[in-house]
Amino acid sequence: MEPLERIRDRIDARFGSGAATLVPNPSPSAQHSLLLRSDQAAAIAAFLRDDAELCLDYCSNVSGLDWPAAGHLEVVYHLYSMTCRHGPVIIRVRTADRGPGAAAPSLALVWRSAELQEREVFDLFGITFWGHPDLRRLLMWDDYAEYPLRKDFGKGAA
Amino acid sequence: MDLASPPDASGTLPGVLCTTVETLTRWGRSHSVWPLQFGLACCAIEMIAASMARFDIARFGSEVFRPSPRQADLLIVSGTVTKKMAPMVVRLWNQMPDPKYCIAMGACAISGGPFHTGYNVVPGVDTLIPVDVYVPGCPPRPEALLHGLLTLQEQIRRRTFVPRPESPIPDYGPRDLIVSPPPHGAAGTDS
Repeated sequence: MEPLERIRDRIDARFGSGAATLVPNPSPSAQHSLLLRSDQAAAIAAFLRDDAELCLDYCSNVSGLDWPAAGHLEVVYHLYSMTCRHGPVIIRVRTADRGPGAAAPSLALVWRSAELQEREVFDLFGITFWGHPDLRRLLMWDDYAEYPLRKDFGKGAA
Repeated sequence: MDLASPPDASGTLPGVLCTTVETLTRWGRSHSVWPLQFGLACCAIEMIAASMARFDIARFGSEVFRPSPRQADLLIVSGTVTKKMAPMVVRLWNQMPDPKYCIAMGACAISGGPFHTGYNVVPGVDTLIPVDVYVPGCPPRPEALLHGLLTLQEQIRRRTFVPRPESPIPDYGPRDLIVSPPPHGAAGTDS
């Protein structure tokens, strides 16, 4: 598979400079990732899926992250290609803040496997996904008002 | 019955026949405990294993797993009771006819286990419904469940079970599950 720097450059060339930023991972696993600009994330995701060289046709995992110090939430997607037998490519999308309106674009229409997992992230982190076909709570009951996997859960501030 | 009081004029002890019949009833009940076909988590796999040929719960008269609470005598709480599932567990328990019994199977059902302080786990099913036998383990082996069943059978033969009051069904609150204090108290009285 082509190196992540080249993927970033190709995204930048197509979607404008700064559409993707490389996030290095200093740990031994060295799983570096690409941070996508959230207003273009859905289009970039479709590009990653349809590009002949990348053909990242499978999204295996969607998870949420809470960064209270930085003041935003993140969604992380792990992408593989079944056709080309390579992966993972890890992409991230950030929300603007951690408030009640924290939102990110849904990639469930690009990879259907993300639908249920984005619901889980919505349920546990409180990230609203624009364009999600069926955004409801998944594990907790509908009237539940908190987001259990946020770092400040159970410490008074909801 | 009152063995301490003297025999009546006819020379027989009062209540002897009734006592004998009740002993027979309890013996019969203890050997035909029908469990509810109901699993919650990985402990349910061990419960299923206990019902299959290798461990063969039929040896103890409990092979008839009923798919309806109306026909079941025993609720085996086999696994983690999540707060979202809690009202359904209590409803199933309330729908079972007396006499009815409950086995808490595994660490989660007993106390919440490793998820004791979890945001979606009930810290022990005995906060919701009365429990007769606790079977520890994570998960308990089928032999442990069979031992729990034998312990329950012994209790059934030894105790007079009083009808169980209806357990209050917990509500979903905006922050947590709202649980009313249980009215069940003691599981039975020694006779």
